[in-house]
Amino acid sequence: MTQVIGKPIKRKEDPKLITGHGQFTDDIKLPGMLFATMKRSRYAHAKIKRIHTAEALKLPGVMAVYTGKDVQDKIKPIRSIWLVPGCNLIPKDRIPLAVDKVNYAGEAVAMVVAESRYIAYDALELIDVEYEELPVVVDQEAALAEAAPVIYDDVPKNIAFTWKAGDVPEEVFINAEVVVKQRLVEQRVIANPMETRGAVASYNPGSGDLTIWCTTQNPHIHRITYADALGIPETKLRIIAPDMGGGFGAKIAVYTEEALVGLAAMQLKQPVKWVEGRQEHFLATSHARDQVITTELAGTKDGKILAIRAKNIANLGAYLSTMGAGVPTIDFGLMVTGAYDIPYAQAETIGVYTNTTPTDAYRGAGKPEASFQIERMINIFADKIGMDPVEVRKKNLVAKVPYTNAMGCNYDSGDYHGTLAKALEAIDYVGLKKEQEEARKNGRLLGIGISTYVELCGLGPSKVAGAIGFGGGLWENSSIRVHPSGKVTIFTGASPHGQGEGTTFAQVVADKFGIPLEDIEFVSGDTLIISMGWGTYGSRTTPVAGGALSIAADRIVEKAKIIAAHELGVPLEDVEFAKGIFSIKEQPDQQRTFKEIAWSANNAWNLPDGMEPALEGQSFFDPPDFVYPFGAHICVVEVDPDTGMVELKRYVCVDDVGRIINPMIAEGQVHGGLAQGIGQALWEQSVYSDKGQLLSGTFMDYAMPKARFFPMIESSFIESPSPVNPLGAKGIGETGTTAAPSVIVNAVIDALAPYGVKDLPMPLTPEKVWKAIHERSDGQ
Amino acid sequence: MIPTSFDYVRAASVPEAIQLLKNFNGEGKLIAGGHSLVPLMKFRITTPGTLIDISQIQELKGVSKEGGRLVIGALTTYAEALGDPLVAAHLPVLAEAIQKIADLQVRNKGTIGGNIAHADPAADLPALALALDAVVHITGEDGEERVPIQDFLFGPFMTALPETSIVTAVSFAIPPTEGKSTYLKYFHPASGYAVVGVAAVARKTADGVINHIRVGITGAGDCAFRAENVEKYLLGKTATLENISKAAQLAADEVDMGEDLFASSDYRRHLCEVYTERALRKVLL
Repeated sequence: MTQVIGKPIKRKEDPKLITGHGQFTDDIKLPGMLFATMKRSRYAHAKIKRIHTAEALKLPGVMAVYTGKDVQDKIKPIRSIWLVPGCNLIPKDRIPLAVDKVNYAGEAVAMVVAESRYIAYDALELIDVEYEELPVVVDQEAALAEAAPVIYDDVPKNIAFTWKAGDVPEEVFINAEVVVKQRLVEQRVIANPMETRGAVASYNPGSGDLTIWCTTQNPHIHRITYADALGIPETKLRIIAPDMGGGFGAKIAVYTEEALVGLAAMQLKQPVKWVEGRQEHFLATSHARDQVITTELAGTKDGKILAIRAKNIANLGAYLSTMGAGVPTIDFGLMVTGAYDIPYAQAETIGVYTNTTPTDAYRGAGKPEASFQIERMINIFADKIGMDPVEVRKKNLVAKVPYTNAMGCNYDSGDYHGTLAKALEAIDYVGLKKEQEEARKNGRLLGIGISTYVELCGLGPSKVAGAIGFGGGLWENSSIRVHPSGKVTIFTGASPHGQGEGTTFAQVVADKFGIPLEDIEFVSGDTLIISMGWGTYGSRTTPVAGGALSIAADRIVEKAKIIAAHELGVPLEDVEFAKGIFSIKEQPDQQRTFKEIAWSANNAWNLPDGMEPALEGQSFFDPPDFVYPFGAHICVVEVDPDTGMVELKRYVCVDDVGRIINPMIAEGQVHGGLAQGIGQALWEQSVYSDKGQLLSGTFMDYAMPKARFFPMIESSFIESPSPVNPLGAKGIGETGTTAAPSVIVNAVIDALAPYGVKDLPMPLTPEKVWKAIHERSDGQ
Repeated sequence: MIPTSFDYVRAASVPEAIQLLKNFNGEGKLIAGGHSLVPLMKFRITTPGTLIDISQIQELKGVSKEGGRLVIGALTTYAEALGDPLVAAHLPVLAEAIQKIADLQVRNKGTIGGNIAHADPAADLPALALALDAVVHITGEDGEERVPIQDFLFGPFMTALPETSIVTAVSFAIPPTEGKSTYLKYFHPASGYAVVGVAAVARKTADGVINHIRVGITGAGDCAFRAENVEKYLLGKTATLENISKAAQLAADEVDMGEDLFASSDYRRHLCEVYTERALRKVLL
């Protein structure tokens, strides 16, 4: 067997998916299955005076209509999992159906269960809800104002929490040669995976077992939460995440609808399915980002950064979602210094409730926001002191790892300067600067943007999870079962949903055992089959679950070796194992194959004394620290001065993501992340009216990036194994969203330099850019 | 989303379709490719009582040349028109525009007649139709009539089509052989519809005097329109950069611009000028 780690193997998952044989939640059809739909509030903030359901109930085929009052003593509020300590957090939990008051447009007020999806939708129109409108606040800064509407009586000024980390002595700023300050807006975006959310619940009244198939990135967290909410033992609830069409963080959150269909299935004793429509997804599934960050940077005239302090006002939406408090605090604050050796750092975050859809994690979760502000600040600082932004980066980049940043994060491995140098070479920075100079002479607006980002991934040590208020562990579980025939099944507690671990994990095991990839199956996403796990997010699957996998595989090899030594009649230390063959040193003809030992272990005819039969290995791996992928991204844009349109001409990225199992999958992750990161920089934006109506509520208005918007991505990797997990992997899923927004914005601002434009808020839509040019041209 | 319930009938001929429209008394709605109608039904913006499927009426398909015009059957799909040799030979600008309409799946199902009858203010074809002096062929209870496109379109999703009539074909004037034509489109990044789409057809004499000029603009306002002030300014003038630039500034004269999250009316007005100038340069220089 030749080594398969590091090879661009085609994904084992794909033949099924691309031939239409995937089993997604909406593909699940059970006998007698009913369909649920949700009546959603049309108002962003209103008292519910009365809900008339009689007409809907009269519609033939309608089995039940539930209102908030019907379910309030049957389903507990869905609790946020991340209660960040030390910030006076007032959590406002989602309740299954609003009872007295709705707090955002789209909040569910009633559920219809009917014999068909058609009837269930028709019945929604027969439900009449009487509302009394209340004043609305959608913007977090406006929500802090003295006269702003208050959403919760016990949350003064709508402030959910005030969090702070790090401390910069005031004199650092007072004495600094240069101080720059900028308000930067991370606009609200919506994840929009191809598959919207959904759930199918099936209940056995005889045994009391409830099974919910649903779109989740972390089925075990869903099980803990829903068992608690529904008041049933964890052991009576099985959560299955079938095939999923992406999640991007939006399917981490634990929502209410899945619990509602669970309740309906229990009460009606028939399976119940609910699947979001796309418009419903826009309203009901968590939004993301929406942070207003004001950063001050103190430095010297020759480009050394002394301190950074960031103040973040985060829009939490109407309720505290699953990770809602952690994203703009811990995930953001610990990384405000980026990849730079900055002695002092401070981050403060105010979490604010508003009459909007709750916000939660989205690809990168907090790290893209941290990266955006520091990468923009570097350029603004460079502009202020008249230095090339690349030179400022060179002056301040972490020189040597391991390195502990001002917030206490331990950057694990790699050469930060070398990575930048490689990217500069790849794009020919020197040549490019000359080209830009020439272009400017001809009135062309060419811009160069750069980011030397770093992110915190591979969540994470459970001790840290506990210390930061995360309501669970962050270790991971992988087990490997070697069947009598020598075929292998991998089980993992992570729950990949498009990232390709069905292939990459098989590559790891194929190399460990010296067996073909075809012999290896991969199972995840089922709480009955997988004992425990914490799910897939935070680029943790390969570093953490992959770490567990590697250890589990080693345990199997260790046992198999003992069996081989026993069968060959030699001491253990004389047995060598390579490429699937156990052989005796200096007697290569004496050997056993992995397959033979698998059979021996399983038949147990002749095992060493005291050895238990079978060949299975499991590991619960709790990583000693986080991993820190980093890299250098550089792009070239050209702005059309007549229209303001931004053309992305080149995008070069050099990422150090540790050891790479499958370069093709890794590159795919880079492409996907960049599409979303560039999407945020240029097109995507969730917009509310003052009345709290989501104006960007369909794909007619919300600009998801299309393939034709992008040039060929010039991606390459540097592999510096991380010391904190056995595979040396750092995680790659979120590099694109972390790096790209600042790369693009830096490039566009650079392109607009002839007009003196210093900053523009994302997304950099053509009109915004055109206006900036237009205003400046008029003024000249 | 899922549409409300509706009945479905299939019409085998044009007279039958007209009779059915009459029978359903305003509750019937014709469906051909369904690519504009079905999304509206799913949003429950449109809730027709009965869909009258005309997609199998063979006589409404195909392209023919009649004198100086190409007549395109209403049920001809975008993809069929794109692959038609007569279109390639005589209306290459239509092929250029069709390639900018939506995506492959939509082009395979969506029809030329459906597009014109739907009168979406951001659709691409109306700009072409205006620039190519299109005539809409209508059959109704009282027989056939032919309505110039400018009289046919009169508002967003509003046309001169009587309730019990159907569009059977759209004919386009074949541009002068020695002239040039183009369609330039500014894509909406979300929907892919035209924020502004400019179709221009022009011809000039050997000494550079413009003797034929048509400019149709879609997307920018409530309804596609002909930039008549641009045309008037240029007709009889020499095709110079300066003349083009001056003419382009008249592109959205006296026309109300639309507005959405992506583009304000000021910006749309500006884009009309920029895209008109670019289109004119292409066809006149």
